Amino acid sequence: MNKHLLSMHDVTAEDVVRILDTAESFREVGTRVIKKVPALRGRTVVNLFYESSTRTRISFELAAKRLSADVINFSTGGSSVSKGESLKDTALTLQAMGADAVVIRHSSSGSPYQLTKWVKASVLNAGDGTHEHPTQALLDLYTMREKLGRLEGLRVAIVGDVLHSRVARSLSFGLVKMGADVTLIGPPTLIPPDAPSWGVQVSYDVDGALPKLDVCYVLRVQRERQRLEYFPSVREYSRLFGLTRGRVGALPEGALIMHPGPMNRGVEIDSDVADLPQSVIEEQVTNGIAIRMSLLYLLLGGSGSEEASADA
Amino acid sequence: MSGQKLLDAEDIRRVLTRIAHEIIERNKGAEKVALVGIASRGDHLARRLAEQILEIEGTKVPVGVLDITFYRDDIGLKAEAPVVSETRVGFDINGVTVVLVDDVLFTGRTIRAAMDALMDFGRPRKIQLAVLVDRGHRELPIRADFVGKNAPTGRADDVRVLLEESDGEDAVVVEEAG
Amino acid sequence: MPEPKLLLRGARVVDPASGRDEVADVRVERGRITAVGAGLDPAGAEVMDCDGLVLAPGLVDLHTHLREPGFDHKETIETGTRAAALGGFTAVAPMANTDPVTDNAAVVHEVRDLGAQAGLCDVFPVGAITKGLEGESLAEIGEMVAAGVRVFSDDGRCVPSARVLRNALTYARAFEDVVLAEHCEDASLAEGGQMHEGYHSYSLGLRGQPSEAEEIVVARDLAVARLTGGRIHLCHLSSARSVELVRRAKAEGIRVTAEVTPHHLTFTDDDLVTYDTNFKVNPPLRTADDRDGLRAGVADGTIDVIATDHAPHAVEEKEAEFDGSPPGTIGLETALAAVLTELVEPGIVPLARVIDAMSPLPARILGAAGHGGPIEPGRPANLVVFDPAAEWTVEVPFASRSRNSAFLGRTLRGRVVHTVLRGALTVANGKPTR
Repeated sequence: MNKHLLSMHDVTAEDVVRILDTAESFREVGTRVIKKVPALRGRTVVNLFYESSTRTRISFELAAKRLSADVINFSTGGSSVSKGESLKDTALTLQAMGADAVVIRHSSSGSPYQLTKWVKASVLNAGDGTHEHPTQALLDLYTMREKLGRLEGLRVAIVGDVLHSRVARSLSFGLVKMGADVTLIGPPTLIPPDAPSWGVQVSYDVDGALPKLDVCYVLRVQRERQRLEYFPSVREYSRLFGLTRGRVGALPEGALIMHPGPMNRGVEIDSDVADLPQSVIEEQVTNGIAIRMSLLYLLLGGSGSEEASADA
Repeated sequence: MSGQKLLDAEDIRRVLTRIAHEIIERNKGAEKVALVGIASRGDHLARRLAEQILEIEGTKVPVGVLDITFYRDDIGLKAEAPVVSETRVGFDINGVTVVLVDDVLFTGRTIRAAMDALMDFGRPRKIQLAVLVDRGHRELPIRADFVGKNAPTGRADDVRVLLEESDGEDAVVVEEAG
Repeated sequence: MPEPKLLLRGARVVDPASGRDEVADVRVERGRITAVGAGLDPAGAEVMDCDGLVLAPGLVDLHTHLREPGFDHKETIETGTRAAALGGFTAVAPMANTDPVTDNAAVVHEVRDLGAQAGLCDVFPVGAITKGLEGESLAEIGEMVAAGVRVFSDDGRCVPSARVLRNALTYARAFEDVVLAEHCEDASLAEGGQMHEGYHSYSLGLRGQPSEAEEIVVARDLAVARLTGGRIHLCHLSSARSVELVRRAKAEGIRVTAEVTPHHLTFTDDDLVTYDTNFKVNPPLRTADDRDGLRAGVADGTIDVIATDHAPHAVEEKEAEFDGSPPGTIGLETALAAVLTELVEPGIVPLARVIDAMSPLPARILGAAGHGGPIEPGRPANLVVFDPAAEWTVEVPFASRSRNSAFLGRTLRGRVVHTVLRGALTVANGKPTR
């Protein structure tokens, strides 16, 4: 494993399997009377959130706490982050405080990369601009593997604003790495023109794709994109690309409906579609904790210098 | 197979039978006793002991497996995080006498970790320890209740337990440090 | 402090203006070249042994940002011209995007005087085309011409409307040898663009600006130049198709010259994969095909000039989030070495063509009569001597006040040894003399 997790390009297919397998063990820990293990006792994990995202921050916070790490939250609003201190100065402060891992969420693509230049800690990308969101992709891979038993050969469509979606990028890279068959679907203005070079297919036709899918992954659509002329209206978007009640029947039996949250019910997904049994949106959230425990464990648990050896 | 054979298949069978008897004797039967093997070979030994106990006493004792990785005291010292395997304790350990089962007792650190892990599942009445081989060199004040074979070894010697289930044969081999 | 006599002995003299390329001695007295030839008499002169070195006319940078007045936390005229001297330049043309903007004769005089005070490099200020660089009403071009300005530019942006550009080009015809230099970028296509739009921008999640943002304006400007018969200079081209547009326009007889930077000749968008803000420049680094097209453009003369677009920014401005950091790399201290390493060493462009693109041609466009050679008796002694074989690694400190160099950490071949400004050494043995 790399020291940092900045992009899905940082992990190999073997790493992904190890991360998911380790997460499996943490799922078991979550069923115990005491859901906490001492693995990272004495380590400090900093959540550095420049963009508000309560659910991702809480997921990381719980993951670190269940590993017995000490957790510090730096978020916009309550710290010097909002007083205009530069990313670099904040990083140097965290370094001086002895952070072992920094989980960063930032609206600027690439900020986690810059952070690695200024801190010795492991850096975990919790979403950077329109770049990547690798922990979301890994929890999605975990959920797919858990529900469908495999990743290789799965037919997955990622539907929506792929161009601006960090989730779509990380998930595409991850799925392709694991041998899945990925199709990106959305208005042509919201699909990167060179997406085929990622090893995925591109389509503009939701109805044509649905009957052949194992997973329909719906992305959040931001209303402000309409203002920027990417599509004419939310209504038209919903009619052409939304996972509506009328459309969902075309999915094969057993196919999953996924969404990274938070949902715009009635825009990219109909409210009652989100609540169907084949929708695993809540499991995604539960699995997020186990995946983040797995990542913190693998990144921090392997940060020493001694040769690995068995010790009875 | 190089190295000196400490126990062969027949020895192992006899030793496990004896330990099974001792467990029953010490606990005045096998009611309220559970076996928890420490992954991975302690797991296989725990199952075999359970079969023996069933044969001798007619009591079916619950068997679990414990992976102690998250409780190790050397996490973060190695270049790679230790590989984690399955933990399955599918029964209530509250008020039960839990016999931890492992293949080799060495520094005692694994057993310390196992006891901590076990406590997170509940409050056993008693914890006992059964090992196939005790090779000495303790670093913690830990002692086994049931020992298959005491084997004085050098600190750097390699003691390997091979079991049918994972290695295709039953044997304990000592390889002296070159 | 002009030294009385200097004898530069045994260098390979490369002088595109006279066509000379041979080993010779050059004698300098009272600011002028007094003799060029073999075995010159050293009597009374300070002899500089230049065996194995190249002697050329002092370099002229047609596109520099010295930041003063207004932004002296990034650079001052003194630190910028010292960096220039270290890079072998004897003349630089600072762009007008200062505060106040160089859109009137008073600022022109101020900038030139500060340059003269520093005495490290001749400073030829570029004037703004429109008042305040706002793209609307014309700046007082005539007054600035009277103050000695020959090149006008709203660099940092292009003249937004074809009509304003048409009027500026037409108006400028009243003055001899005046050139309008355009930063070709369609603002609506480039808006928010952090890098070249392509494979890397999509996978890095950075807003891209397509090559077409440049090409559209290149095409428009060439058309307006045709319409007006005015002289236009296209700054820092970045796209291979822009080069092709210029090639055709030149064949058609449109009065156009073009420029490229050392960094666009060296790097590509591939270098941005670690989000290193020193590679964030405007126009952005594009693909390897574009870089190769630019190199070919220099080789065949379609691109006349190599200019640095030296763009200093303070450390705290550059060491920031990628989309929050200003575009630009410094370049004065690395320009010659970069071009020698990337173009001359691999045999893509002959040395004489590179010197031509960095001295006589920009000097002519700038109206810098004392610069660019020829290296002949009677001419002002503005010279550079460099070691084409010296290898060095680019690292801090720089003479520039800033250190945002895309070349940081890179090993280059070729290093300036002496720079002579009107007979005086501004740089001797690789060190600034003041």
